[in-house]
Amino acid sequence: MSTVVDQPVARAARRRPGALSLGLSRGALELKQFARTRPYLIFTLLFPVLIVLIFGAAFHGDAGGGVSWTQYFVTGMIASGLLATGFQNLAIQIPIERSRGVLKRLVGTPMPRSAYFIGKIVMVLVVSAISTAILLAMAVAFYGLALPDTATKWFTFAWVSLLGVTACTLLGIAYSSLARTGRAAPSMTTPVALVLQFISGVFFVYTGLPGWMQQIAAFFPLKWIAQGLRSVFLPEEFAAREVAHSWELGRVALVLAAWCVAGLILCLLTFRWTDKD
Amino acid sequence: MKTLIRIFRRERAIVDAVTENLAISVRGLRKAYGRTVAVDGLDLAIPRGEVFALLGPNGAGKTTTVEILEGFRRADGGEVRVLGTDPRNATPAWRSRVGIVLQSTGEFEELTVAEVVHHFARYYAGADDPDKVIDRVGLTEKRDARAEKLSGGQKRRLDVALGIIGRPELLFLDEPTTGFDPEARREFWGLIRDLAAAGTTILLTTHYLDEAEALADRVGVIARGRMVALATPAELGDRRNAMATVSWQGPNGPESERTNAPTAVVAALAERFGGEVPGLTVTRPTLEDVYLAMIDKNAISKEEAA
Ligand SMILES: Nc1ncnc2c1ncn2[C@@H]1O[C@H](COP(=O)(O)OP(=O)(O)OP(=O)(O)O)[C@@H](O)[C@H]1O
Ligand SMILES: [Mg+2]
Repeated sequence: MSTVVDQPVARAARRRPGALSLGLSRGALELKQFARTRPYLIFTLLFPVLIVLIFGAAFHGDAGGGVSWTQYFVTGMIASGLLATGFQNLAIQIPIERSRGVLKRLVGTPMPRSAYFIGKIVMVLVVSAISTAILLAMAVAFYGLALPDTATKWFTFAWVSLLGVTACTLLGIAYSSLARTGRAAPSMTTPVALVLQFISGVFFVYTGLPGWMQQIAAFFPLKWIAQGLRSVFLPEEFAAREVAHSWELGRVALVLAAWCVAGLILCLLTFRWTDKD
Repeated sequence: MKTLIRIFRRERAIVDAVTENLAISVRGLRKAYGRTVAVDGLDLAIPRGEVFALLGPNGAGKTTTVEILEGFRRADGGEVRVLGTDPRNATPAWRSRVGIVLQSTGEFEELTVAEVVHHFARYYAGADDPDKVIDRVGLTEKRDARAEKLSGGQKRRLDVALGIIGRPELLFLDEPTTGFDPEARREFWGLIRDLAAAGTTILLTTHYLDEAEALADRVGVIARGRMVALATPAELGDRRNAMATVSWQGPNGPESERTNAPTAVVAALAERFGGEVPGLTVTRPTLEDVYLAMIDKNAISKEEAA
């Protein structure tokens, strides 16, 4: 009769997997959930593709230095893709999970809390890699963007993307504490991302924006991710057309790293597992 | 001095031995939400291995109490020990000994039953076999269905599966059978009895008095955040000694008599009817009758006090 329920006292001495191992299996589960949720797929992966197609067909022009506006724009959209998968995605998803009580259920288990965040990071890394690959493939196929031709550029591409997506992820997790309920989350998050895209050199060439707008944008990560990616995909001569007449890669690294630290501190201080009790 | 210390140590040891035998001990528990006092000086002691049912009307403070014991809510006052630990300081080791089925929880909508149960099994060192647990809660046919596609009662069974997957020493069940069909409820009772037979301590809340009667070693009735009665189901409200009602079909319609000596009444009736008494029943108040009277009395005395 009681094959299922053996003596609880005589439990096997088998050890529970560690936080990293559990985090990875949470990541796999998160990816399954992501892939099965149509709104996430549409918003995170399909939406940027549509924007690129529409804007790419509707607008033409020159960003100067032999670079077309579409090339400038599509590079900015790859940066926006990182913002969408890291920041927007988590800032919307986590409050929904919190309101639904999923987080409460998880903290009721012996799951190490870090496993939850590792799972989210795994999901963001995989989805952002997919998003980047799709947008990059489109950019190369339709808009004449060249893939990096030196190891140095590939390396820059790798660290800018990784540092950028890390900053966005941590900020997304931190920002998720602001929404009081899951229902409030999308309307609190989407406008922020949209405004950042307008002022950070995605839809408009950054140097063409009013100075005060540039200054606001320079405070946030998106501007620096986009600038770092331009150094990878746009010709070397274009550097002279940036605000500082160079790519400022050192500053890109510095600002993004600072946001990672700030994001991490905010996460640790503010993260809530339940709506207020 | 030395003897004093020795005496003190012995006292301590006795106290420890007593509390060690308690899975749950609560003294003077208080919790208010703004001006609503949800739990108002509650005492509770549940020994290891007991099945304890907490009864009480909506808003009585059952969920608040249970969630404080689970470490989800902070008490405003009182002393709480669950498996020897203050649940506010819950560690993973403590969590692995405690199983929880909340009154309302989020589902993992896009995942299948099997995916969720197998995943949760990884959180516990001493986890049970996930497929056996799925079978035990009657979800084998639905193992590959997504959680969002389950019926209400099936979702609840998944909650129960996740509560017991870690083979807990102590299991909290907050209205576990809400939405179960009668057959599912009986199967669930069987599951609880097996768990109890294996030594699991169980604290459950329910609005079904038959459930409390079928499962619980002791029941506690809580009203307005206070424990108003605490007894075995058979003894609650002095039910065992309550007057019985003998009813039968008389020549002019149904008749009945309340008595302390039902056997004598039946014997007299048998003589009067010269054999079989038509429509004969002998009843004592059901747990539900006693419970309702108790809740009613409590509400009245509160009004008088106000
Ligand atoms: N999060 C909360 N915020 C404010 N008030 C609350 C909260 N949770 C419970 N209460 C109040 O505390 C009281 C006790 O609620 P509780 O949920 O503990 O009752 P219960 O006995 O579980 O009821 P039920 O049988 O309906 O589940 C109620 O008056 C309720 O309105
Ligand atoms: Mg309740």
